[in-house]
Amino acid sequence: MSAALTVWVKGIGVWAPGAADWDAFCEIAAGRAGAAAEARPMADVLPPNERRRAPESVLLAAAVAGQAVRMSGVDAATLPCVFASAHGDQTITDYMCATLAGTPTELSPTKFHNSVHNAPAGYWTIATHCHASSSAVSGGETTFGAGLLEAATLAVADDRDVLLASYDIAGAGPLGEMTATTGPFAVALVLSPHADAAAIRLDVTPAPGNSGSQPTGNAWLDDVAASNPSAQAIPLVHALALARTTALRIPAAHELDLHVDVGVDT
Amino acid sequence: MPHPMSPLSIRAYTATSALGRGLDAHADALLASRGGLTPNDFSSASLDCWIGRVAGLEDEPLPPELAEWECRNNRLAWLALRQDHFIDAVRDARERYGASRVAVLLGTSTSSIGATEEGYRRLDHGRMPEDLHRPVLHTPHSLAGFVAAVFDLEGPCLTVATACSSSAKVFGNAERMIRLGLIDAAVVGGTDTLCDSVLFGFNSLELVSGEPCRPFDANRSGISIGEAAGFALLERATESTSGPLLIGYGEASDAHHMSTPHPEGLGAEIALRDALARAGVEAGDVDYINLHGTASQKNDEVEAALVARNFPASTRASSTKGFTGHTLGAAGILEAVITLLTMRDGRIPGNLGTTTPDPLCGPQMAWTGEQGNVRIALSNSFGFGGNNACLAFAHEGEPA
Repeated sequence: MSAALTVWVKGIGVWAPGAADWDAFCEIAAGRAGAAAEARPMADVLPPNERRRAPESVLLAAAVAGQAVRMSGVDAATLPCVFASAHGDQTITDYMCATLAGTPTELSPTKFHNSVHNAPAGYWTIATHCHASSSAVSGGETTFGAGLLEAATLAVADDRDVLLASYDIAGAGPLGEMTATTGPFAVALVLSPHADAAAIRLDVTPAPGNSGSQPTGNAWLDDVAASNPSAQAIPLVHALALARTTALRIPAAHELDLHVDVGVDT
Repeated sequence: MPHPMSPLSIRAYTATSALGRGLDAHADALLASRGGLTPNDFSSASLDCWIGRVAGLEDEPLPPELAEWECRNNRLAWLALRQDHFIDAVRDARERYGASRVAVLLGTSTSSIGATEEGYRRLDHGRMPEDLHRPVLHTPHSLAGFVAAVFDLEGPCLTVATACSSSAKVFGNAERMIRLGLIDAAVVGGTDTLCDSVLFGFNSLELVSGEPCRPFDANRSGISIGEAAGFALLERATESTSGPLLIGYGEASDAHHMSTPHPEGLGAEIALRDALARAGVEAGDVDYINLHGTASQKNDEVEAALVARNFPASTRASSTKGFTGHTLGAAGILEAVITLLTMRDGRIPGNLGTTTPDPLCGPQMAWTGEQGNVRIALSNSFGFGGNNACLAFAHEGEPA
């Protein structure tokens, strides 16, 4: 068993179908409200012209990252960032593969440069004037856990606050049948290696084996959790929303979980 | 500014590209100034350009027990893993440390999207054809999942997909995890193979040359796309460690534009400065730099100025993309391996393909091959989205 990585959650952002931000999510998690109508992600960090043209993956990632950074009070320009996604922008990949199969020389240059897995990281760093390190990662079905491990590792190793944003969108076309992602979901966390009495503490410890998913008992949450790999964040985000001390396991790789102790100072 | 890091031991390393299979094939081609670019015979429709294609992949299927992972990208990874006793080195690390203490951290830009493209070319009633009904292929994580399966590893497993800096950045991921005691060893590197997405994609941006690429030539006309796989096994350095060392790395963002670099190379310079700071060396200590040098107008302009203003003439520099083409997400590891070969053999590769040097270039450029004692060397990798990485390596026994 490895030593725990300890980080404090200084900011949180969420977008789920029916919960457009963290406050809305907390209301649903606490049972005080039901899911609302689905709303377009509000990526107000992006300049208006970029926001209009941005693909869904970029909007979603920038929306939750913006929420988390605002809550944290940290300057995004100096914040290293890790953008995690199992499948990137599947709508664009579907377009690319369909176009390449028929009229390859007509491929759109804009779609091509938006197809790279680090498009959200690129747009985010441009919009926030961030020169710190930025990364774009995937861990397949265990993307959220793999991204959380990477972001917590970076925060503790370099003794810096780090932004993690994990997002996936619904599958599209023949590709969508392969990825089996049924809906969009994104979450962002600003993780700090420095103790913060106002923030929830996470002790993250890699643990051998995969113990399987833990239902929250809330049907809406459990449906969202099953919709895409980034939504495997739901049990953790649920615990953060209830501000409740608990322990849970998050899959991070084949035969590797993260044991996460969620600690709330009372 | 980051603190100096403890060097990591590079226990084994290898690469396979258009220059051939394994280290000696690369060393021989570099010494003989024999490039691997050929006229494009790969894309599904005609495209007038040159490519760096790995010969013989079509005839080398994966073994039956790995058949679920069958596709060109994983084939190339498998071919590369079998060179230079790399498989033995990883199995030895697994034996010594345990399956959960060895990470797989790999870079790729398109992974096995070639298989997804193929499925779309022969859809069966609008669905993926039966033989490609293999979800493990249709995701960026295909490569890392495959390599973890090859070695039956159960440690952290991550794909870094930051375009052309991908397989350089994974050295940083590994260093952090080893330093914090999360793992004892890491398989790093990456693989990218030729596919329509990148050939027609870069063509749509008017970045692909109709002739073999000419990095840093005044009359350069764009990139040539290649394919490659490369791997390195990293562990803590101990007193009994032999072989080359990873001594530093830097990662930074341009915050400028999705597909053109910052005009003053701001992100590239921060990555360079951070790599030197982690290594605890000065620019004047650097004997060789393997440049990103893609032969695109903007990259080479920015990088030529970066080298000219930061390094003395005694630092030698060259791009090897004239040999291999731009291998995109695999460029970081391929050029890291070439950099390690310059140290091993004391030979600096020339900047193949250039006839008229760009006047922006400084005296550091090694236009033709040179002999030289390389003790400390850098490798630059700059990607789409303004994503920059710089790696620093030292010869065995350096720095003191």
